[in-house]
Amino acid sequence: MASSTIKIKAALTGDMTEVKALFQHVMETGQRKDPKTGEKIPAHHIKEVICQHNGKTILSCDWGVAVAKNPYLSFRFGGGKAGDTVKISWTDNKGDSDSAETKIG
Amino acid sequence: MSVKRRSFLKGTVATSALGVAVGSGLLQPRAAWAAWSEKAFSAKKVDEAIAGLYGSATTKDSSEIKLTVPDIAENGAVVPISVTTSLKNVESIAILVEKNPAPLTGGFNFSGNLEGYVSTRIKMGETSDVYAVVKAGGQVYSTKKMVKVTIGGCGG
Repeated sequence: MASSTIKIKAALTGDMTEVKALFQHVMETGQRKDPKTGEKIPAHHIKEVICQHNGKTILSCDWGVAVAKNPYLSFRFGGGKAGDTVKISWTDNKGDSDSAETKIG
Repeated sequence: MSVKRRSFLKGTVATSALGVAVGSGLLQPRAAWAAWSEKAFSAKKVDEAIAGLYGSATTKDSSEIKLTVPDIAENGAVVPISVTTSLKNVESIAILVEKNPAPLTGGFNFSGNLEGYVSTRIKMGETSDVYAVVKAGGQVYSTKKMVKVTIGGCGG
């Protein structure tokens, strides 16, 4: 894959690590119609996001169609140290997936 | 909705094709609720969606949940939202938009040492109450806030 669909930032703020992630995804609702054909565009959305700290899952998200296009996710966790790995992966309703990781800075 | 999801799943595991799915690890049970809940996400009403997630639609109003979302969302396609709670032992947070075609927007299952906080961006079809539901220490709490939407973000 040329470039990842996920951008992650993980930064220590005091005792907590703040993680911010941006995903590239159409998040199609299944409600919209194609203006040319008048046919409904099928839903295409991220269903599951798994966030891991040093290989341990700390947050798993179940998403429906109403999460905005190119979703944003932010959360904070304790116990992280500089250099630890934060990995985030998503899977959508068509079975596509991607993952990316970063080090806590 | 009297059938609890978890017991419903248990009851069907032995006999149905669902059993195969569970057995092969497609539907691994997780901390707060079983994998992506079709029932909760396809529910048309807030109560049904909450019941689909937690087994019961009963929630306690809590002032310890703070829902940060604009009073007026100019563009319903992108509404920034964050849920912050001072409740202890948070197990999960769910965000629901009452008047969306399917109210349940997202569920966030905590399995690590997380602060009671998540932030994301959601779509809103029209002016509606937005609910934040937090499960903490085995109890389900909620709060809601009305958000006015100028241009809806669901249709076309």
